[in-house]
Amino acid sequence: MIDPIILFFLLGAVAGLLRSELRLPAAVYEFVSIILLLAIGLKGGVELAKQPFASLLPHMLAVVAMGFLLTLVAFPVLRYLGRFTRADAASIAAHYGSVSVGTFAVVVAYLGSRQIAFEEHMPLLLVMLEVPAILVGIVLARGLSRKTRWRSVAHEVFLGKGIVLLLGGLLIGWVAGPEGLKPIEPLFFDLFKGFLAVFLLEMGLITAKQLGSLRLYGPFLIAFGIGMPLFSALVGVGLGWILGLSVGGTAVLATLAASASYIAVPAAMRISVPEANPTLSLSAALGITFPFNVLLGIPIYYALAEWAHTFERG
Amino acid sequence: MHSHTRKLLTVITESALEGTLVRDLDRLNAHGYTITDARGKGSRGVRDAGWEASGNIRIEIVCDSETATAIASYFREHYYDDYAMILFISDIDVLRSEKF
Repeated sequence: MIDPIILFFLLGAVAGLLRSELRLPAAVYEFVSIILLLAIGLKGGVELAKQPFASLLPHMLAVVAMGFLLTLVAFPVLRYLGRFTRADAASIAAHYGSVSVGTFAVVVAYLGSRQIAFEEHMPLLLVMLEVPAILVGIVLARGLSRKTRWRSVAHEVFLGKGIVLLLGGLLIGWVAGPEGLKPIEPLFFDLFKGFLAVFLLEMGLITAKQLGSLRLYGPFLIAFGIGMPLFSALVGVGLGWILGLSVGGTAVLATLAASASYIAVPAAMRISVPEANPTLSLSAALGITFPFNVLLGIPIYYALAEWAHTFERG
Repeated sequence: MHSHTRKLLTVITESALEGTLVRDLDRLNAHGYTITDARGKGSRGVRDAGWEASGNIRIEIVCDSETATAIASYFREHYYDDYAMILFISDIDVLRSEKF
């Protein structure tokens, strides 16, 4: 059975391709994404309260290392196989080393509807994985140049909407605990899938718009937009297995690795590496990788995670 | 009614630049500015504000002629190559010259 939220995504994509008049007001999209970010943060925060922070530290460090690694692997592929300019290759690599919260929300819903448990500190890992790729991307494009204004980069990275809301949600959930959150649960938890459906409708519309520019940039970008997430998912599955995550947790980590950023990284790259063409990275991340992950990738990553765990048990 | 001539500098550019430009404007002695969200089409394609990364802003600055020229040339030098940006300057009349 196909999940109805996926059907919302398809509806948006088809409406976009047919050039329908449909368009979500920017404020609605903004509101829905704020709710999703807060809900993800709150949920993680409640669970954080239950386990000692020190036990999570190895996971957080491992995920940061994965963010560095994925960006460093993507860069030479884009630079030498794809023959992109240095700035473009670095910028696209940074998009793929970072994460997409939208994709994370979809995998959470996917596992939820199949009643598969996963480690609840995943939102924390989501936050950790967002940042390293941006730093590597800037250094790859610029070198360690003095001209980079690290202060404004740091401001852009750490005070962007995504990080503030996710971390804020985590802290609120952590402080308030499950009992304290009861009164606001209906908005953030019960309606989560409804908000996600509206969000995906808009994502479908946005995806459809990218397809035009994809035609311009040819087959390499399409192949990269599918190949890179598959490779990253393998790294994610491997890491989840090493860290001893459950099947669900491994699938979430694989999805985090496979997803490509389309909010935090584009904004940071636009300011820090302005000569990189934003259309390239956005049409790859939004036009190919996001729909690929949502429609096909997540079931594949879940199957990979299951396979790794059966393999482990012999 | 006595009026004074000033310049209206209008900049239309990517919303990603807002923070940076606002800092520049303060440094370049603009006494004030007005920013609105915008959408449209230009040499860098359709910018329809469908979501954050494709939004435009319009910045309007009322100032004297020297400040307008200084801001315009600074922006041209620093942002024209890499960003979607247009700017134009028009003559306007203001009533309270001390504000601008």
